[in-house]
Amino acid sequence: MHNAKTTAEVAAGIRRRVFVHAMRNNGGYLSQACSAAEQLAFLYNEALTLGAPTLPPVPPPFGGVPAADNPDYVTGAGYNGPATPQHDRLFIAPAHYALVAYATLVEVGRMDVAGLEMFNRDGSSVEMIGAEHSPGMEVHNGTLGIGLSTAAGLAWGRKRRGEAGQVCVFMSDGEVQEGQTWEAVQAAAHHRIDNLWALMDVNDQQCDGAMDSVMEVRDIAAKFRDFGAVCVEVDAHDLDALRAAKATPHPGAPLIVLARSSPTQGMSFLRRRFPRLHYVRFKSDDERAEMNAAIAAELGIDPVDLAQEAH
Amino acid sequence: MVEIVNRPYASAFEAHARANPDVLCLSADLTSSCEIDGFRDRHPDRFLSLGMAEQNMMSFAGGLGMAGYRPFLHSFGVFLYRRPYDQLIASVAYPRRRVRLMGFLPGITTPGGMTHQAIEDVAVMRSIPNMTILETGDATEVESICAAADSIDGPVYCRVLRGSIPRLFDTPIAVGQMRELATGGDVLVVTSGIATEEALRCRAALAGAGVSIRHLHIHTIKPFDRAALLDHIASVSRGVVVLENHVIDGGLGSLVAEIMAEAGTGKRLVRLGLRDTFAHGGSRAYLMQHYGLDATALLRGIEDLLGAKTGIAEDDLATARVDAVHSAVKAEAL
Repeated sequence: MHNAKTTAEVAAGIRRRVFVHAMRNNGGYLSQACSAAEQLAFLYNEALTLGAPTLPPVPPPFGGVPAADNPDYVTGAGYNGPATPQHDRLFIAPAHYALVAYATLVEVGRMDVAGLEMFNRDGSSVEMIGAEHSPGMEVHNGTLGIGLSTAAGLAWGRKRRGEAGQVCVFMSDGEVQEGQTWEAVQAAAHHRIDNLWALMDVNDQQCDGAMDSVMEVRDIAAKFRDFGAVCVEVDAHDLDALRAAKATPHPGAPLIVLARSSPTQGMSFLRRRFPRLHYVRFKSDDERAEMNAAIAAELGIDPVDLAQEAH
Repeated sequence: MVEIVNRPYASAFEAHARANPDVLCLSADLTSSCEIDGFRDRHPDRFLSLGMAEQNMMSFAGGLGMAGYRPFLHSFGVFLYRRPYDQLIASVAYPRRRVRLMGFLPGITTPGGMTHQAIEDVAVMRSIPNMTILETGDATEVESICAAADSIDGPVYCRVLRGSIPRLFDTPIAVGQMRELATGGDVLVVTSGIATEEALRCRAALAGAGVSIRHLHIHTIKPFDRAALLDHIASVSRGVVVLENHVIDGGLGSLVAEIMAEAGTGKRLVRLGLRDTFAHGGSRAYLMQHYGLDATALLRGIEDLLGAKTGIAEDDLATARVDAVHSAVKAEAL
């Protein structure tokens, strides 16, 4: 697809859309937009080879779960384009980044903005925790740690079939606390799966707070290398650094890009909330108004009209 | 004398895989124990060693399914649902991947004790949407389990026997059907897996005692032909006895109970199997006797249903077939 915007513009748009949505809906996954905006913009706008969407711009309602008597079931992967041999596949492993991923789809023209309005509404496929029928999703990743294993299996299969397309996983650093992540890396290395790469948002945050306070994970770059991956660490908000990291050769091994990010990047006001940033709610109307003004100013947009938008 | 077949899975899987290029062989460090060592040696390009890491293996298999492959996962049954249950649900069951879970050592067929004995697997699998459950009870069913499982458009869990296995049947598994082994009119006996061989040991003695048995062998636990079962229940006067190599909660006995209750058959049911207990390690014959899973237990269950003694003594039953624990056809004594 033709890029209508620069990747930096897409990243800025992601933050704005997630901010506006959170303001209107009395809270949301703001810090994930702060840390991951450049990464998701980079994936969709540059790094991945994706075809044109195969699903309608306005997401259809929830169409039922996979079942023998539901032959029309489809996943949300069609928003990433067709599953053809030459195209890449993307898994959003931390499914609670869904709002950020949906905002990305809007910014790169793969989903209508009306799709964002369906977020977390009953009967909608645009679910709060991305399901496999949600736009841009192909598998359920709401149970953290299974994405890389699934991607490794798909990548092994695609390599065996001689397909040119790669498999990419967008991951979150909390997933390194799950043993399955390490099982996946050792298996991908053992089987020389090199059409597989992961971009991990290393924001040092998890649901309970700062990761070091919940469970220290120590030097994860060294651990990934010891398990057999090629691993590079970069500044998550430096697009040229992300480009260079993606270009790292990794013959016979998966590539893991650790994108060291700030969970308040572009929304400095959120630093007041550190370290409880996983899901930001407003403690009072005054705080909501103060946050609205401060973050809107930093993002270069008008504050959200809370009186009009509140519901 | 019943024919004993050694390692029927080994050749059956290899033949099926050779005929189906999209079938892959996955193992989690139990390759010879699951009789796929020969396949590994002869078809290394279609064999994936995934190590002692079942959670990854399950999701990895989901990914292979996305690429159009039909992976056969080989391990002991317990390791295919207890440790990787979350992955089984999210990566295999929900998306209806065509993943074939070949679970060896069903129930108490292993002296490996609690950690190796899949005694509640059917109960777990029955409650998972999209899942198909098959169970083998003889060599012919083991020989046909790969084709039967691979005919399903979705995930399948199979209880697979290994080692020396008697041949009881001469037709392959027909998915969704049940085998009618006797068509008497007093008591309906329903068995699956190794319990069927035990029921056959009672056959002559019961006939001699004047008890007319109708006997069904179940290889397809889900989906289940409810109408056929109800027809058989209607054909007996006294009631139903179920014997299974599994806890009596949630397995075949529960399935029969649900069908009888919903249909309002008004007949009695006796469920035989492990009664709300784990087992320990020991020989199969010892465990079947100790936990009430053998022919004698079935006989006593039938007497309970009839409310009368048959006069049959344990010595009157056909001799139990005893496997050597350290049989040469098993990779290890487990």
